[in-house]
Amino acid sequence: MKICRLVVAFIAMLIAIPSLANSAYNMRQGVTDISHQVYELHMTIFLICCVIGVIVFGIMFWALIKHRKSKGVVAAQFHESTKVEILWTAIPFLILIGMAIPATKTLIAMEDTSKADLTIKVTGSQWKWHYEYMGHDVEFYSLLSTPKDEISDLKEKNENYLLEVDKHLVIPTDRKVRFLMTSDDVIHSWWVPDFAVKKDANPGFINEAWTKVNDEGIYRGQCAELCGKDHGFMPVVVEAVSPDKFDTWLNDAKAEKAKAEAESQAVAQQTLSKEELMEVGEQTYMAYCAACHQPTGLGLPGVFPAMKGSKVVTGDIKAHIDILLLGRPGTAMQSFAKQLTIKQIAGVITYKRNSWGNDTGDVIQPSQIQREIDALEEGK
Amino acid sequence: MSAIVEEHSHHTAPKGLKRWLFTTNHKDIGTLYLLFSLTMFLIGGAMAMVIRAELFQPGLQLVDPHFFNQMTTVHGLIMVFGAVMPAFTGLANWMIPMMIGAPDMALPRMNNWSFWILPFAFAILLMSLFLEGGGPAFGWTFYAPLSTTYSNDNTAFFVFAIHIMGISSIMGAINVIVTIVNLRAPGMTWMKLPLFVWTWLITAFLLIAVMPVLAGAVTMVLTDKFFGTSFFDAAGGGDPVMFQHIFWFFGHPEVYIMILPAFGIISTIVPAFSRKKLFGYASMVYATASIALLSFVVWAHHMFTTGMPLAGELFFMYATMLISVPTGVKVFNWVATMWRGAISFEVPMLFAIAFIVLFTIGGFSGLMLAITPADFQYHDTYFVVAHFHYVLVTGAVFSIMAAAYYWLPKWTGHMFDIKLAKFHFWLSLVSVNVLFFPMHFVGLAGMPRRIPDYALQFADFNAIISIGGFAFGLSQLLFVAVVYKCIKGGEQAPGKVWDGAEGLEWKVPSPAPYHTFSTPPEIK
Ligand code: HEM
Ligand SMILES: [Cu+2]
Repeated sequence: MKICRLVVAFIAMLIAIPSLANSAYNMRQGVTDISHQVYELHMTIFLICCVIGVIVFGIMFWALIKHRKSKGVVAAQFHESTKVEILWTAIPFLILIGMAIPATKTLIAMEDTSKADLTIKVTGSQWKWHYEYMGHDVEFYSLLSTPKDEISDLKEKNENYLLEVDKHLVIPTDRKVRFLMTSDDVIHSWWVPDFAVKKDANPGFINEAWTKVNDEGIYRGQCAELCGKDHGFMPVVVEAVSPDKFDTWLNDAKAEKAKAEAESQAVAQQTLSKEELMEVGEQTYMAYCAACHQPTGLGLPGVFPAMKGSKVVTGDIKAHIDILLLGRPGTAMQSFAKQLTIKQIAGVITYKRNSWGNDTGDVIQPSQIQREIDALEEGK
Repeated sequence: MSAIVEEHSHHTAPKGLKRWLFTTNHKDIGTLYLLFSLTMFLIGGAMAMVIRAELFQPGLQLVDPHFFNQMTTVHGLIMVFGAVMPAFTGLANWMIPMMIGAPDMALPRMNNWSFWILPFAFAILLMSLFLEGGGPAFGWTFYAPLSTTYSNDNTAFFVFAIHIMGISSIMGAINVIVTIVNLRAPGMTWMKLPLFVWTWLITAFLLIAVMPVLAGAVTMVLTDKFFGTSFFDAAGGGDPVMFQHIFWFFGHPEVYIMILPAFGIISTIVPAFSRKKLFGYASMVYATASIALLSFVVWAHHMFTTGMPLAGELFFMYATMLISVPTGVKVFNWVATMWRGAISFEVPMLFAIAFIVLFTIGGFSGLMLAITPADFQYHDTYFVVAHFHYVLVTGAVFSIMAAAYYWLPKWTGHMFDIKLAKFHFWLSLVSVNVLFFPMHFVGLAGMPRRIPDYALQFADFNAIISIGGFAFGLSQLLFVAVVYKCIKGGEQAPGKVWDGAEGLEWKVPSPAPYHTFSTPPEIK
């Protein structure tokens, strides 16, 4: 009977754990109906395991204490019992059926991506996420915004260290949002613990997932599938806002995009100074290129080529522009045509051609980039 | 030829380096495998220390992320293929002939080969770490296209090394099967076989079934990378997820390859120190066989997030839940064996008891991982890392240590230093839990695996984990010390080292003579 009381006390203690939800050591309950169900499943199966564990280990330790040779016990002779064997095969089997039923229900609900109010295409690439609001002409990249100095311990780390990005994915609450996942290069996995959504982004294929968030807030996650060197540095940040606020945000985003396009066209007419291009170029290089080619321009020998003294960087300008616009298929070098503005591309090419001892003296204007883009479009 | 004739006429071991290089003696080859495995355990362990040092606190301090990825990858490969598998093969070589009353393994020359190609495989793998661009950095699971299009050219060395390891395993497995089927002493009927022999027999079939699949996977990686095929590249009509299906069709049986022999060891040691026959011998054999069969139909539980159809997810969830039933039966049988036994706590028994408790904890987390909706949250977090280290370190590795302590006196003829061994056990037991238990917590709290740096809320647990890691790593040096001392000398061990031990191996003197059972023993 003492054992019974112990078991009860233990279970009571475990049931108290949910009050510690979102603690540093248990699964999050999250902010969707699904994530709550998943949490319940997790706690149920955990409790079942605990009860079985207490019983089995209890019996074992009882034997270890009571049936010690040093106490002078003589071993019993039994070593078989079909009845017991059947019993301890059947009981776990029944428990598992009891567990499989709610799990199946939740799984069916999770996989039902129909009747979505909004569809967002999520594209992973080394090492950032791209979001596209389908049918709304809004798209952007979302990059880690933690300063390099914090990573290398030169500056104190802020509260959201490694879980912060330049642009949040904004979604409405109380609406069914469907995600279409894919990838431009290797496999990534888009994960937001508070939504209980984790889905792989496979290159060349599209996966579906959905969520319906109950509470406004900012929810943070990370890439979950090893995707190369900076796998640990491509967080996911989602901001859930009320549907009204979301509509406003979407309209603003559209307006901003139109403005950016107009600006880009204007820039194509201007001639920028070398200083300005170098400045834009350095910023762009550090944000987009340095992860592989390194801030020193030395690359990682055998993995990512050096920019310093590179034949492409110091050679034909057109070939250099083409590599940035088209990427190098079959390698980690992706196309930056969509990711960067023509001003940024012009800047980064100018920067690369005039840094680390690459003194070509070349100054590349946005207009030249625009011409190259147009030429490529025509060639298609 | 004359050397072999001489060897047979003298019935003693030849001396020097040649003895080891040309040996066809199952005991010598067993020793080679075990020492090789111990070496790999230390090298793989050193890599784990690098990983834990980097993860001791947030921020990048010691290594860059690319090197970090090489460490996690090569750590995994070395521990799986270099430490755990060769250790079991070594135990098989030493013990199976002695347990079934055979004079040696059935195919002794092949036996020599299957060992001696291994050092080359690992030399190639380790050497690739020092080449420009470094070694494999895509995880021990080498998912395409990270391992194909997006890896560096040194991947060819990785592929070659895996091929050699696979060939070695297949040869070892063939040898085990042929030996058990053909060389049992008269009267050693199937249902009299010691469980270690049974579990190894089933493991050997698993090996022959799945190592070629691994060979296929690495070959496709090789041709995708270097010869323009598109098995795993959608642009050419392939599918990267197909890689995962192929890999895990090998990979899941592989995890049972690493645990079935452990079940055999525990089923040998628990009765010996409970002084009572194993409870439910027949059901243990059937449970092992059904685990082996089921292990072929659960592979996609590693792939729940890849976007399988609902029906597929349900099937693999149910199948995975099902496999925990025979696994549970094993644990119940061990407990029933201890029940009303006359139990004592010698070092092998201590490891066996720790195995039962801690392996079962790993089984529990396995059961949790089988629940697909919950696995979406657990997958690729430290929760999975905790799961497989409980089943592999406190499971497979603890069973290997239990076996080593159990048979060391038989192998060397000396009793080991019991005090030091107990010290090794208790230090390992405490540190291994400090190391792996908190991984459950950080995993549940959301820390992905295979990252060199992490958010601040994971910092406290990671510091604890690292301290546990260093303590566990250092504790293993005690094991090396015990083994070394035991080989060098110590109290003379009797033929039957443990009073409750059963089996033919205890009927020969300690150390076991170079040739045993040249004439088959009589089996009652
Ligand atoms: C009760 C039996 C078991 C069940 C139900 C089970 C279930 C699972 C599941 C569902 C996963 C996938 C988790 C994920 O990636 O999301 C997993 C991973 C794993 N399990 Fe088990 N498991 C069991 C026993 C074992 C045993 C006995 C071993 C080895 C000795 C083992 C070794 C592994 C390994 C190595 C992985 C991770 C592989 C990787 O992703 O690197 N498991 N297990
Ligand atoms: Cu598995």
